[in-house]
Amino acid sequence: MVIEILKKEKVDVIFGYPGGAVIDIYDELYKTPEIKHVLVRHEQAATHAADGYARSTGKVGVVLVTSGPGSTNTVTGIATAYMDSIPIVVLTGQVPTKLIGNDAFQETDTTGITRPITKHNFLIKRIEDLPRTLKAAFYIAKTGRPGPVVVDIPKDIQQTEGEFEYPEEIRLRSYNPVYEPHIKQIEKAYFLLEKAERPVLLIGGGVISAGACEEVKKLAETLNLPVVMTLMGLGGFPGDHYQSLGMLGMHGAYYANMAVANCDVLLAVGARFDDRVTGKVDAFAPMAKIIHIDIDPTSIQKNVKVDVPIVGDCKRSLIRLLEIVKIAEKPKKYWKERFREWWEQIDIWRRRYPLSYKQDSNYIKPQYVIEKLYELTKGEAIIATEVGQNQMWTALFYKFKYPRTLITSGGLGTMGFGFPAAIGAQIGNPNKLVIDIAGDGSIQMNIQELATAMEQKLPIKIIILNNGYLGMVRQWQELFYGKRYSYVKFSVLPDFVKLAEAYGAIGIKITKPQEVEPTLKEILKINKLVILDVHIAPEEGVFPMVPAGKATTEMILV
Amino acid sequence: MEEKRHALSVLVENTPGALARIAGLFSGRGFNIDSLCVAETLDPTLSHLTLVTHGDEQIIEQIIKQLRRLIDVYKVVDITKEGNFVEREMALIKVRAEKENREEIFRICEIFRCKIVDVSPRSYILEVTGNKNKLEAVIELLRPMGIKEIVRTGIIAIKREKKTT
Repeated sequence: MVIEILKKEKVDVIFGYPGGAVIDIYDELYKTPEIKHVLVRHEQAATHAADGYARSTGKVGVVLVTSGPGSTNTVTGIATAYMDSIPIVVLTGQVPTKLIGNDAFQETDTTGITRPITKHNFLIKRIEDLPRTLKAAFYIAKTGRPGPVVVDIPKDIQQTEGEFEYPEEIRLRSYNPVYEPHIKQIEKAYFLLEKAERPVLLIGGGVISAGACEEVKKLAETLNLPVVMTLMGLGGFPGDHYQSLGMLGMHGAYYANMAVANCDVLLAVGARFDDRVTGKVDAFAPMAKIIHIDIDPTSIQKNVKVDVPIVGDCKRSLIRLLEIVKIAEKPKKYWKERFREWWEQIDIWRRRYPLSYKQDSNYIKPQYVIEKLYELTKGEAIIATEVGQNQMWTALFYKFKYPRTLITSGGLGTMGFGFPAAIGAQIGNPNKLVIDIAGDGSIQMNIQELATAMEQKLPIKIIILNNGYLGMVRQWQELFYGKRYSYVKFSVLPDFVKLAEAYGAIGIKITKPQEVEPTLKEILKINKLVILDVHIAPEEGVFPMVPAGKATTEMILV
Repeated sequence: MEEKRHALSVLVENTPGALARIAGLFSGRGFNIDSLCVAETLDPTLSHLTLVTHGDEQIIEQIIKQLRRLIDVYKVVDITKEGNFVEREMALIKVRAEKENREEIFRICEIFRCKIVDVSPRSYILEVTGNKNKLEAVIELLRPMGIKEIVRTGIIAIKREKKTT
């Protein structure tokens, strides 16, 4: 019955790992060739892969795992998806209903464990609840502010066969996300923008999940607004656009942080003012009236005080705002003239401290690798990252042009996310180039998935920015802990070239700056999984950097 | 900002785990629960909770929004904010009742309209109903007599209707 329902939900791929408590579903899956099953090597990777699939395609990712350790292994992946509002449905097997609570073999309280890290979860205790619950699971996962939903299905429920009716639509009386914004609030927002002298448009991941990128671009271009992005918002506005100031926050660009610190109106769309974005909250955009559009009311007024709260879908809210802009009938020239001085100031900041790094003839600089990669791929690739320095260098130096091309764990900051997420992204986008930018630390956290990627014949390119350190922690220790490098140096690292070869993939190692460009060119031509082990300057840092808890204007620049 | 006590009236789906979700929300986000009372409503598919918490305005706003965000939560009303309301709590108090203080306990009961619901040779069980202040007054007066045990229900509250139409 479960598989029948998944077919009705038009699920075409499942990321999973079999076990005793899901063997009945797997038996059905065996007879269902129209659903592709990707056999991972660890359940955590299944959730990350479904997550990467969802982020890159906009569809719901589906995971199938067994009870007990199967379900506990998915926890990190579920929490990752939850923090970044990614729609996935995780189906977990459970011991038969009669045994629940008896400490049966491979029993664990899955709904109890996952309650705080899911948008919602269900334990199905009666067969008649199965169709409606699964319908609700998919509905809840993808509507409103998206998020992961866990459905725990006991073995005896899976075994029950029979006719069932699958509801076409579902209504939940206690769950009614607000999509349509309050028009009075939109008007207020417009008047603030009209009176503004130094406005900034800040966009977050909500813009991407709502599919509101076109509206963002139209609004920014019509009103001549500078655009800053959170990590999750990258790609929501073209990174190569003149009006893009790139990423703000702890590792944001100097000019992005300066623009926000000095603006008088901040229009935030689909962002949640995370501490990595605001730095010291009291010093965040101190002069600004803040307009905040978000579908989740809890995001508004949580961290910063908002002057014009707007609860609604980002896309619909921006459409309404654009309608008012149209009615107001101010010519483009008006906005251009109005913010001329503001743009002059921003350009001074841009010229003063552009993103930069020092080249070195002996060492490969990681920023250079990313820059070259951007040039060679023309910004057309899907880039997954791990977490740490590799992630920040990618966010700063790869100019994401399109939504859903940066696949990164923003909120939870999960090391080991990138590679399995890249697997999911490649499955969802078989004709696109998918690259995982990794560190030597993170890649080892889910390295076993090389087998999965090879089995699925995925031509993912893994680029390890290898400095032999847990680089981000080392950087903090260097700057704030008197260079006491406490357990951040790996004295043993695998030979990644041999490791790649052991799995039947291609491994290449480079150590010199002049090797970067030709090698990147070479690997981009290979239609097979490649690990490129790039030995970078071991103590290179990520800059600019705002120390934790400081104001975003207190940046360490180089 | 000033911290205030708020009574929230919460209607939730009568499903397993709904209460755990609410309790988990409070512990996970560091909010306080001062008192919590749960029971069925006229509609057996919904449960009603009276939840008393405290915090400044921003915290209370977050608590209400976070509660509403839970899929199982049907409705949340801040009754303290809505104006006039009736609040009640019940306590069962087991108090030492020897010859010399039985009279006094009796008098206290009379004044506060308590009921004596159980009598044993050396103790009474009192049933007290009222708002928080009344309960505390009774407890203070009984304390010198020797309170053996107290069980309280936690607060329930309901909004008053408008006096004019």
